[in-house]
Amino acid sequence: MSSIKIELRQEDVSKIKEICASFNNDPQELINVLHKCQEHFGYLPAEVQEVISTELNVPVAKIYGVVTFYSFFTMTPRGKHPISICMGTACYVRGAEKVLEEFKKELGLQVGQTTPDGKFSLSSLRCVGACGLAPVVMIGDKTYGRVAPDDVRNILKEYENY
Amino acid sequence: METITLTIDNKKVDVPRGTTILKAARQLGIDIPTLCYMELHDMNIENRPAGCRICVTEVQGRRNLAPACATKCEDGMVVKTHTTRVLNARRTVMEFILSDHPKDCLICPKSGNCELQSMAHKLGIREIPGAEIAAMSTYRKDTSPSIIRDLDKCIMCRRCEMMCNDVQTVGALSAVNRGFMAAVAPAFEQNLEHSPCTYCGQCVAVCPTGALTEVDHTPEVLRVLADPTKTVVVQTAPAVRAALGEEFGMKPGTLVTGKMVTALRALGFDYVFDTDFAADLTIMEEGTELLDRLNRYLKGDKTARLPILTSCCPGWVNFFEYYFPDLKEVPSTAKSPQQMFGAIAKSYFAEKIKVNRKDLVVVSIMPCLAKKYECQRDEFSVDGNRDVDFSISTRELAAFIKQANLDLNNLEEGEFDAPLGESTGAGVIFGTTGGVIEAAVRTAYEIHTGKKLDRIDFTELRGLEGVRQAAIDFDGLEVRIGIAHGLGNARKLLNDVREGKSQFHAIEVMACPGGCIGGGGQPLHHGNSEIIKARAAAIYEEDRKKPLRKSHENPFIIKLYEEFLGKPNSEKAHHLLHTKYFEKKKKIIVKQ
Repeated sequence: MSSIKIELRQEDVSKIKEICASFNNDPQELINVLHKCQEHFGYLPAEVQEVISTELNVPVAKIYGVVTFYSFFTMTPRGKHPISICMGTACYVRGAEKVLEEFKKELGLQVGQTTPDGKFSLSSLRCVGACGLAPVVMIGDKTYGRVAPDDVRNILKEYENY
Repeated sequence: METITLTIDNKKVDVPRGTTILKAARQLGIDIPTLCYMELHDMNIENRPAGCRICVTEVQGRRNLAPACATKCEDGMVVKTHTTRVLNARRTVMEFILSDHPKDCLICPKSGNCELQSMAHKLGIREIPGAEIAAMSTYRKDTSPSIIRDLDKCIMCRRCEMMCNDVQTVGALSAVNRGFMAAVAPAFEQNLEHSPCTYCGQCVAVCPTGALTEVDHTPEVLRVLADPTKTVVVQTAPAVRAALGEEFGMKPGTLVTGKMVTALRALGFDYVFDTDFAADLTIMEEGTELLDRLNRYLKGDKTARLPILTSCCPGWVNFFEYYFPDLKEVPSTAKSPQQMFGAIAKSYFAEKIKVNRKDLVVVSIMPCLAKKYECQRDEFSVDGNRDVDFSISTRELAAFIKQANLDLNNLEEGEFDAPLGESTGAGVIFGTTGGVIEAAVRTAYEIHTGKKLDRIDFTELRGLEGVRQAAIDFDGLEVRIGIAHGLGNARKLLNDVREGKSQFHAIEVMACPGGCIGGGGQPLHHGNSEIIKARAAAIYEEDRKKPLRKSHENPFIIKLYEEFLGKPNSEKAHHLLHTKYFEKKKKIIVKQ
């Protein structure tokens, strides 16, 4: 796990409290609270979990346990351009794995990691519902269809100046 | 309650509806093997994640195998506990668990006392298919002042998690990660030292494998015993004598006080003393403090904080310093008996035998792992020299005795040395829940009323319920007493204190279920609460046998005050025998 020590600003703390309060600070709602917090912050750093722990009165070890159990939750900030490679059945049989390998090689990342400059992060997901375009890659909101490993470098070039 | 009848292994059994197959089988004397399951029924403690699947059984008419720990009996059910299908399933489960477990049993601290090892033996595992290619977790070891975590040996039974969260409400440990990396750890996988851990050691007490063990201080003790320039003094806590015999095959509840003294002398300790002496001393200080606060309170002094809380238990001290720092003025300022002993040994006794405190080594034998941490606290040393140098557990002492080629069974009864070895029955009962406050009542009553107690046994303060209360008549003054053992129970009483709702004048807290007799450093109970009950009975038996049973009648305590301390709560007593508490700041340290 990489080191991400963030200082929460007062408004961040207020936001987390507001999210917790919207679920009546109910410990049973932990997963919903985590979803909302990840939606807001993009990830769930330790400090955010600490605040949730106080608000919901759940030990922070338990919260960390939930965050590390569900692969949707992440403690690593996503890049400015989050890259998702579909590994659903259709994409997989049409070579998504090779595409993923190419992204890993080009960016020097493993799945779940973010480049040191914060520009790209790499993740894999299951079926985006565009099987006709398999294999599919998404970068931010933009979808790329029928991606071949040879296309990867050109795709990344599009983001050179952003 | 409705009774139902079922058949297990061709035997009929009647059980109340809601009983599990496991318990029904036990009623028939059929011991279905379990691994993650654990129950201490006298204390309402149960771990039943139904995770390991070792306890599977075949139920007629059911497609899949049923875990006995989590499957409720039905009327007319037919259960088989050792069919070929069951035995094969059990073996396969065990092979999977072992494929992701280190194979270093020869040098594992838990070897010989490991439930996983025993289970592999019981199931006749002779090979682990695919062991050489199986993925394994790779956690670094975490060594805290008291506890070592070796997570590669974690089998996810989650007993420690249950003890830490449900029983103790400490919340230091939780299941984290998935698959091969699944383990039980503090938040963000930090070290225990950076978690709310109180070092109560209940996680260690229930861990079936070598994943959680204590920090072994015997090598250091061996070194000082071999050093001719050192005078080495040992003190033994009350609960040790009621449990040590178990490690030598004796029946639980066998008192081994005299044999233990002989063993310690044979190991080479120069003076064999008793923490019970310091327990008597604690009563003098804590009892006086109680009466002082009570009298001031009754006179309307608003600064007198009641209830007074006992402060003998280092796990409990860590707990309130972390979770109730706003109440840190409420507990008694009296040090624990271990630390009172150290302070007196390295002042009064060192002067008496004309040895510099730097050349006097104090070793304690404790049923406790938090004592290891306690003796390392900064406030308990003088110029870097600790009052208590090393603390070893009952288990470590047993191993130490065995290494010296001694069998406790064959040893003569010895006597403690004077002056710090003399104690009363009041000092002995410190080892069990309710004992500290009973000892305090015996002394406080006589000091307050000036009258002699008619009865010495306060049975209303005894027992194993998690929270108990009693009102004791101090000759017209009703003193209301609360008792909690297990930190979750203590939390309930503390919440009342915080909210100003507590009706008690004094509260005794011990962190471990059952008190020190159930401590994290005791011989492992492997989920048998009868053992803890037997130890409690042994403690009360030792108390009954003592000629003196009230702390203030201990002649060596009387002499200590005459010669050295003056009177209880004197300035000198305050300096040596009292302490203060600190807020344990929550530190967020993110793993690098």
